[in-house]
Amino acid sequence: MIALALLVVLGGLATLAGLAPRPYRVQLVASLLVLVEILAAALSVHVLASDHALLGHESGLLPFSGVRVDLSPLGALFTLSTAVVALAATIHWLGYRRHAMSSASASSAFALFVTTLLLVPAAGDIVTFLVLWEVMALTSLVLVAHDHAQRDEARQAAWWYGAMTQGGAALITLGLVVLGAHAKNPGFSAIAASAHHLPGAARGAIFLALVAGFAAKAGLVPAHVWLPRAHAEAPAPASALLSGAMVNLGIYGIVLTRTLLGVGPAWWWLVAGFFGVISALYGSLYAATSTDLKRLLAYSTSDNMGLVVIGLSASGLFSAAHHPIASSLALVATLFLLTAHALYKSTLFLGAGSVQYATHERNLDQLGGLARTMPVTTVTVVIGGLAVAALPPLNGFSAEWLLVQSLVHGLTGADPVTTVATAIFVAALALTGGLTIVAFVKAIGVGFFGRARSEPAQHAREVPVSMRLAPAITAGACVIFGVAPGLALRAVERASAVVTANRSGLGASISGFHLGALRGAVDPLALALGAVVATVLVAGLRRGLGLKGGAKVRRFEPWGSGRIVTSARMQYTATSFAEPLQRVFDDVLAPQHDLDVSHAIESRYYVERVAYASANDDVVERRLYRPVLALATWWGMRARGIANGSVHRYLAYGFVVLVIAVVVVS
Amino acid sequence: MNLASLLTGATQLALVVLGGPLLLGLMRTVRSRLEGRDGPPVSQPWRDIAKLAHKQRTRPNESSWIFPAAPLVLVATAATVAVLAPLATLTPPLSASTDFIAVIFVLLVGSVSLALAALDTGTAFGGMGASRALTIGALVEPALLVAVLALSLPLHSTNLIAIVAEGSAHASVLVGPSHLLALGSFVVVILAESGRLPVDNPSTHLELTMIYEALILEYSGPDLALVTLGESMRLAIWFGLFVNLVAPWGIATHAGALAILLGVLAVALKVALAGVAVALFEVTTAKLRLFRLPELLAGGFILALLGVVTGAVMR
Repeated sequence: MIALALLVVLGGLATLAGLAPRPYRVQLVASLLVLVEILAAALSVHVLASDHALLGHESGLLPFSGVRVDLSPLGALFTLSTAVVALAATIHWLGYRRHAMSSASASSAFALFVTTLLLVPAAGDIVTFLVLWEVMALTSLVLVAHDHAQRDEARQAAWWYGAMTQGGAALITLGLVVLGAHAKNPGFSAIAASAHHLPGAARGAIFLALVAGFAAKAGLVPAHVWLPRAHAEAPAPASALLSGAMVNLGIYGIVLTRTLLGVGPAWWWLVAGFFGVISALYGSLYAATSTDLKRLLAYSTSDNMGLVVIGLSASGLFSAAHHPIASSLALVATLFLLTAHALYKSTLFLGAGSVQYATHERNLDQLGGLARTMPVTTVTVVIGGLAVAALPPLNGFSAEWLLVQSLVHGLTGADPVTTVATAIFVAALALTGGLTIVAFVKAIGVGFFGRARSEPAQHAREVPVSMRLAPAITAGACVIFGVAPGLALRAVERASAVVTANRSGLGASISGFHLGALRGAVDPLALALGAVVATVLVAGLRRGLGLKGGAKVRRFEPWGSGRIVTSARMQYTATSFAEPLQRVFDDVLAPQHDLDVSHAIESRYYVERVAYASANDDVVERRLYRPVLALATWWGMRARGIANGSVHRYLAYGFVVLVIAVVVVS
Repeated sequence: MNLASLLTGATQLALVVLGGPLLLGLMRTVRSRLEGRDGPPVSQPWRDIAKLAHKQRTRPNESSWIFPAAPLVLVATAATVAVLAPLATLTPPLSASTDFIAVIFVLLVGSVSLALAALDTGTAFGGMGASRALTIGALVEPALLVAVLALSLPLHSTNLIAIVAEGSAHASVLVGPSHLLALGSFVVVILAESGRLPVDNPSTHLELTMIYEALILEYSGPDLALVTLGESMRLAIWFGLFVNLVAPWGIATHAGALAILLGVLAVALKVALAGVAVALFEVTTAKLRLFRLPELLAGGFILALLGVVTGAVMR
C-alpha cells in the first residue's frame, strides 16, 4: 500500500512538473514518470509473484465509500504490461518532444494519463474505478486534441473520441451503479458475491450495457470509429499508449464484467463473439486497404481487440458448456494475446512516430527506402509487424497458437451451437491472420523497403537515440516472449485463475508450451534455432559458391519491361498493393471511385484529360453514423425554431413542463 | 531428441532437398509429354540450379538487406519443416511438438520474406507479384486452418505426427467423411500455396499474367538457385504431407534403418504419383482469372467447414 501511495504521489508530482519551464520540462516529467513506471512494474511483479491480491481501503478520500484498492493478479498483469509500454513511450517522448508534445498541457496530461492507466486495474470499487476511468479518458482526450490548432483532423478526432468515450462511460456507469445499488455496496468483491441474486433478464441487460461501454473503449466495431482518427492524430508516445495500454483496459473491463456477473448463459458470449468476429474481419480488412500508416495500425488494433474478444467469448462459451479446461485455456490465450498486442503495437506506433519525426509523413505512398536511411527503426518495425502477423518465433505466434488450441479442445463433446461458433471463430481467426499479413507486408514493404517515393523520404535521417531505444525495448520483448513464451506463462496463468478459479493445466518449459492433459505442444525456440542454423549454413553455402562467380555482388537496374527504370513512381504503391483485395471485398468496403474523362473538342475518341479519385472511407461510419449525425443536426435545426431568444417564451416552456410534471406525478 | 531421431531428420532433409527439384522436373516432363513435346529431362531443375549456383550474385541498385536475406529464409524455413514433418517417418526429432499450425506458419515466414524482398526491388513487377501472392495467401488461410481443425477432430490435437500416426494405425479414420472433406479442401490449398494451375501458371513468361514469376523476377545467379531450390522443397513438403494424410501407408513407425529406407521409398513413390496426377490435371485445365480465384478458395473453405461440422456431429 505504501508503494501504491508513493506511486500516486510521484504521478501527481510528475503532473505538476508539467508546469516547469520549457528547457527542463519534458526531462523532469519523463524522469519522474520513469520512476512511476518502474514502481508500478515492481508492484505488479510482486503481486503476480506472491499470487495474492493487494487490498486496501481508505475512507474519506472520495465520496460514498472512499478509495478501495484491489490489485489482483489479473489487474497486476494489465498494470505490468501498461508499465512496460509506458516506459517505452516515455523514453520515446524524450526525443519526440522536438517534433511535438512539449507544451505544459501536453506534458501534464501525459503524466496524469500514464498514472491513471497504471492505477485503473487496481481500483476495488465502483467510485474509485469510475473516477480513474474518467481522468484517464479526459487526459487522453487532451493528448488526442494536441494538434487542434494546426490540424482540422485533430479537432475532428477529438470530437469523435470524446463523444464515443463519454457514451461508453455512461453505459459503464449505468451498469455498475445498478449492480452497486443491488449489492448495497460499491466494492467489486461484494458485487461479485451478490450479482447472482439478480434476475436473469436484468443480468443480461447489465452485461450488454457494460460490454457495450467497454467495447467502445476497446475499439470494437461498430464503436471503433474514433480509433483510426484518434490513434492517427495523437502524438506518437500518446498513440502508443492509447493502442498499447488504454484499449487493453476496455478488455479489462469486459473481463471485470465476467468476474462481477459470473459466466452467465451462452447467448451472452455468442453476442460478444459475434462482435469480436465482425471487429476482427472489419479491422483487418481496413488495415489491409489503408494507406495511412497510423490509420492502418489503428484498424489493426481494432482487429486484434476483435480477436481478443473472440478468445474471451470462447472462454465464456466453453465455461457455459461445462468445459472448464478449454475455458481457462482460452482465457490464458486471450490474456497472452493481449500482452503480446501491447508490446508489438506500441513498437509499431513508436516506429511510426519515428518515421513521422524523420519525414513528416504518414502516407505510405510517400514513403519507401527507409531501410537504408533508418536501419534501426526499420528493424524494430519489421519485428513488430511480423509479430502482429503472428509469424514465429515472435510473441504473436505463441498467442494465436494457444488461441487455436483452446478452440480445438473446446470442440470436444460440444453442442451444435458451440461447434459451429467455434468453427466460425477459427475461420475468422484465419482470414484475419491472412489479411493482417497483407496489411503488414504492405506497411513494411511499401513504407520501409523499395525506393523512396518522395523527397522527405529520400533524405530521411535516423532518429535520436531515445527514439531508437524505445521501440527496441518493446521489440526485444516481442522476440523474448516469442522464443521463450514459457517465461510469461506463470504470470498469465495466475491472472486468468482469478477469473476462472481453475488452472488450464498448461505446462511450459522455458522454450515452449505443452497442453498438459490435452495433447499438443509447440516449441518456438527449437523452430527458431533450427531456422537460424539453417540460414547460417545456407548463407555459408552461397558465399562458398559465390567465390566462383566472383565474390562481389553486382548491382544493376531492375527490369522495367525493356526500358530503364528511373522513376520510383513505377513501383507498386500501398493503394495498388491492396487493389486486388479491395476488388475481392468490394461489396463490404464499397470504395468510392470517381472517374472524370474529358474529351478533346475535335473528336470524342481523343481524351484530353483524365481525373481519377478514389476514397476508401470507413463504411460503418458512412452508413451508420453519418445518417444519425445528419438526423441530429436536422433535429437541432428544427429546435432552433422554438428557441427564438424571448425570455417570456422560455418561462412559458418551463411553466408548461412543470404543469405536465405535476399532472404526471399526481 | 536423440541421435536416431536426428539421423532420421537428416534423411528427410536430404530426401526433400534432392527430391524437390526432381519432383518439379517430373511434373514438367509429364506435362510436356502430354502436350506432345519431348520436354526437358527430369533432372533439368537440378542442372539449372547447378548452373545458376556458379554465376555472379546480383542485386537491384536500391535494394536493402531483405533482398539477399529472403532466399536464405525461404530455404531455411523449408529445411526446418523438412526435418520435423512426418514425411518418411513418424519419428522425426521433436515429434511431441511438431504442430500442424506451427509447420504452416514456419512455411509462411518464407513466403512473407520473399514478398517483402519483391517489394524491396522497387519495380512494378515485384509489387504485383507480392500483392497477388499475398492476396491469394490471405484467402487460402481460412480453408487451410479450418481443414486443420477438421483433421484434428478425431484426436483433439493439431500435432501433425499424431494425426498421421492415427491415420496409419486406424484406416477407418482415413475414409471418414470429415477427413475426406478436409482433404478435398487441402487439394485446393496446396494448388494455391504451391502456385500450380488453375491458380498460377508456373510455366508462363508473360509478366502481366504471372504471380510467382513476377515475385522473383529480379533474382538471378546463386540467389535464384536458392529460390528455385526453396520453392521445390516447399512443393515436395506440401505434397508429402498431403499423401501422408491421404494414405500414410509405408511410413516408418520406428527408427530402424530398414523401416526408414522403406519409408523414404514409399513417400517418394506416393509423391511422384501425386505429381503425375497434378500434372495431368494441369494439362486439362486452364488458369482461372485472378478475380475468379476467391470462388475456388471459398469452395475449399466450405468443404473444410463441412468437414468440421460433420466430424463434430458424427461423434
